[in-house]
Amino acid sequence: MPCMDSSGEMTAEARKILAAMSGGVPLSVVADMTGLPLYRIRSAARELAEAGLAEEKNETYMATEAGRAALAAPPRQA
Amino acid sequence: MDSTTQETATPSFPRLGQPAPAFEAQTTHGTLRLADFKGSWLILFSHPADFTPVCTTEFVAFAEIAPELKKRGVELCGLSIDSNFSHIAWIRNIEEKFGVKIPFPVIADLNKEVATLYGMIMPGESKTEASRCVFVIDPKGVLRAMIYYPLTTGRNMQEILRLIDALQTTDKHGVATPANWKPGEKVIIPAPATAEAAEERMKAGFETKDWYFSKKSL
Repeated sequence: MPCMDSSGEMTAEARKILAAMSGGVPLSVVADMTGLPLYRIRSAARELAEAGLAEEKNETYMATEAGRAALAAPPRQA
Repeated sequence: MDSTTQETATPSFPRLGQPAPAFEAQTTHGTLRLADFKGSWLILFSHPADFTPVCTTEFVAFAEIAPELKKRGVELCGLSIDSNFSHIAWIRNIEEKFGVKIPFPVIADLNKEVATLYGMIMPGESKTEASRCVFVIDPKGVLRAMIYYPLTTGRNMQEILRLIDALQTTDKHGVATPANWKPGEKVIIPAPATAEAAEERMKAGFETKDWYFSKKSL
């Protein structure tokens, strides 16, 4: 999954997308906020949801508690 | 048969004016579905093989028109019957050797599922490689145009851009475009479908050669 690296940590792009979702917004807004194409946002949202880090409600995505915790944790240095 | 090891989908051929065949595939940008592109135009195109010369010129050329396509609300997605590792190595090689970054995803269609769905394989050319196919899919997911080129012949990016402009002009203005049309040139008003409409057309004030042949400027 491109949202997660080989050690199971979120990639920088995934963190950016999840952070944009934290308020519960439509994916088109996430695309505008991140500057990433909407197809990538849709794909990432699916993967983040599969990883339990995001959830969909009423056509908006938002970070789960696990997602918020993952965002709060500092990214692991390479 | 173990369904998890099914290698080939039933060969099919997509039809213009109908929904493009749905797919989910591994790509260099992660797992993508056709539905992920809904709301944008999409150019789904295939090439025979990574690390081959004509295909490399085409990838460079597609990358060069990508900004113009983005301005038109068009995304690109490539495909070949190669692995994701091969795709990654090849696009890194293109960047290193040709100085061109490939911005679009490339489907790794090793099991030929998408290639089969879209009729990309021409056994007279190759049973294991996709030919050079282009599928233009509109924001509603409808297949609007197809181009099929042989393994030997690189595609023309200006024609692909022209095709996009023509389709978008048709959608915006309800007109058709004549042979060799380029943006800014006169467009064709669809022919009247009834005798009454044909009579009206002669009086409508368009540039009309005959009841079925009218042009106008946009």
